[in-house]
Amino acid sequence: MAAITLEAITKSFGALKVVDDMSLDISEGEFVVFVGPSGCGKSTTLRMLAGLEQPTTGRICIGGRDVTSLPPGRRDIAMVFQSYALYPHMTVKENMSFALRLQNLPKGDIERRVAEAARILHIEPLLDRKPKALSGGQRQRVAMGRAIVRAPSVFLFDEPLSNLDAQLRNHMRVEIALLQKRLRGTMVYVTHDQVEAMTLADRIVVFHKGRIQQVGSPELIFEHPANLFVAKFIGSPTMNILPCHYDGQFYLGGQALDLPVPDRLRPALEAARGRDLLLGIRPQALRVVRADEHGPGLRVTVDLCEYLGTETVVSGRLGAAPQVQVTAVLPARAGLGG
Amino acid sequence: MKQILDRLSPYFLAGPAVLVIGVACLYPTLMAVRLSFYKWSLGDPWSSAQWLGLSAFRQALTDPAVLHSLIVTVVFAAIVVSAEMVIGTALALLMERQVAGISLFRTIFIMPMMVAPIVVGMIWRYVFDTQFGPANALLTALGLPAQSWLANPSLAFLAVVVSDIWQWTPFVIIMVLAGLQNLDQSALEAAQIDGATPRQVILRVKLPMLMPVLVITALMRLIDAFRVLEVIFALTFGGPGSATEVLPLHIYKTAFVGQQLGYASAISVLLLVVVFALSLATLALSNPLKDPRQ
Repeated sequence: MAAITLEAITKSFGALKVVDDMSLDISEGEFVVFVGPSGCGKSTTLRMLAGLEQPTTGRICIGGRDVTSLPPGRRDIAMVFQSYALYPHMTVKENMSFALRLQNLPKGDIERRVAEAARILHIEPLLDRKPKALSGGQRQRVAMGRAIVRAPSVFLFDEPLSNLDAQLRNHMRVEIALLQKRLRGTMVYVTHDQVEAMTLADRIVVFHKGRIQQVGSPELIFEHPANLFVAKFIGSPTMNILPCHYDGQFYLGGQALDLPVPDRLRPALEAARGRDLLLGIRPQALRVVRADEHGPGLRVTVDLCEYLGTETVVSGRLGAAPQVQVTAVLPARAGLGG
Repeated sequence: MKQILDRLSPYFLAGPAVLVIGVACLYPTLMAVRLSFYKWSLGDPWSSAQWLGLSAFRQALTDPAVLHSLIVTVVFAAIVVSAEMVIGTALALLMERQVAGISLFRTIFIMPMMVAPIVVGMIWRYVFDTQFGPANALLTALGLPAQSWLANPSLAFLAVVVSDIWQWTPFVIIMVLAGLQNLDQSALEAAQIDGATPRQVILRVKLPMLMPVLVITALMRLIDAFRVLEVIFALTFGGPGSATEVLPLHIYKTAFVGQQLGYASAISVLLLVVVFALSLATLALSNPLKDPRQ
């Protein structure tokens, strides 16, 4: 286990700056998830941590040691790749023991560590097989086994579940969470899947255009997004963003909206009286009422209802401003159109 | 109707290729096999050909000249294929690196393969010329005595070997470079993370992962080395004596100098059997076309 520090890291490929002045501290034993859309710099940052890419400027420390110019093999890290990256000519056992054999560890020691990792990951019957004879899920377990046997200071995961089908992905996600509880290792995990990010992370780092947008616990990121990008990126379906203004109460397209305003927001709102604002409402925070039952709500023209069993996702347009799309997640039997 | 067309379409598509191979390869091979049972000279009417049965094969198997040529061929093939594989793979690993001007280097290194073999023979005959050749000029410049390269049996064999390595190492380079480009890059990165040094990455990950390509390349070179003719034809014509007389050249001389076409055909058939056996043996050891799961 070791803490990680990224200090003012920048990475450019030619004129293209993919990581821009990034600083981040990761504590010992922490599970940090880098999340963001494709091309946001999250994988590049992970690869710089691994030593597979050199930062253009900045410094990387692992366990208090400056590793910026150290080769990957001397950083005491292990990495699980999206494509598994198993050695096709080696058996599962040879794959898992490769790093230990390179270190010239005693044979008995290697056997013991491989057997232990195989037991944890339930891959004991596969030890003599070659990667080609394994399913995707089994290969992913071997790739994790290869990381575990080394007992590294830091585990790095680069979208490890992206190549698996949905069911297996859920299963492996739970396994990774259990593994982290068991190993208590420092883990850095890259994904574009926010469900993985929310369920696995102690802290989430949201990336966009090579910059960190927000760092915080899943609850903080979800409840208090730092900016519009984080608000729209985290949460499914995407948060409704409604153009409005505030004048003692909210007005959407000329229509008044009776919304309770939290005390902590009141000073900011008072200061923004009369200005154009964006109001973010989670689809899960909306509910359906009869037009005459409650004060001024949002009048919405429904375009589509998607029944998902446990809930219904309703998409529509705002009555007062038809160009604004609204999505609501309602109980499965919300009584729409009934 | 559509079903019938679907079933027939593969035959239609493969048909022309099968026809060409049949006419251009199979027919001459079968004719050579037929000819090996007869005694016949070029220019004589076929009706005068004399049936000999298997006697040409019996003669070939006991003929010291054939045995000598076979030994020369085997030694030649073993040396050139080993050297080309080692040098070609090493150069490909060097050329894989993305450094400035590497594409120019790649083009230069690959050029020898584009030269017609008979021209390669002429070039090297000039290089090893006793009076005017650069080989002797180099020796003289280094203060060493000039050599009669093509008149000395060992040196002539060396000249033949060098010319073949010069011409065919580029083929190995191309094949290995193509193989290297297809390797799973993340497995190579995983090896770096596992702590492998660049040398260990090459020896323990890259080369084993390249093995299917290496086996196929070695096999193709081995088959070609057993059929080598033009370069040696132009460079030494098998001499001095029969020091560089590989089997294809011996077959050529038997057929067109000795006018023993039937006998030459019998030796050709034997060569075909040897090459075929070698190919099968190599593929049995490691067949890249076969799924390892089976």
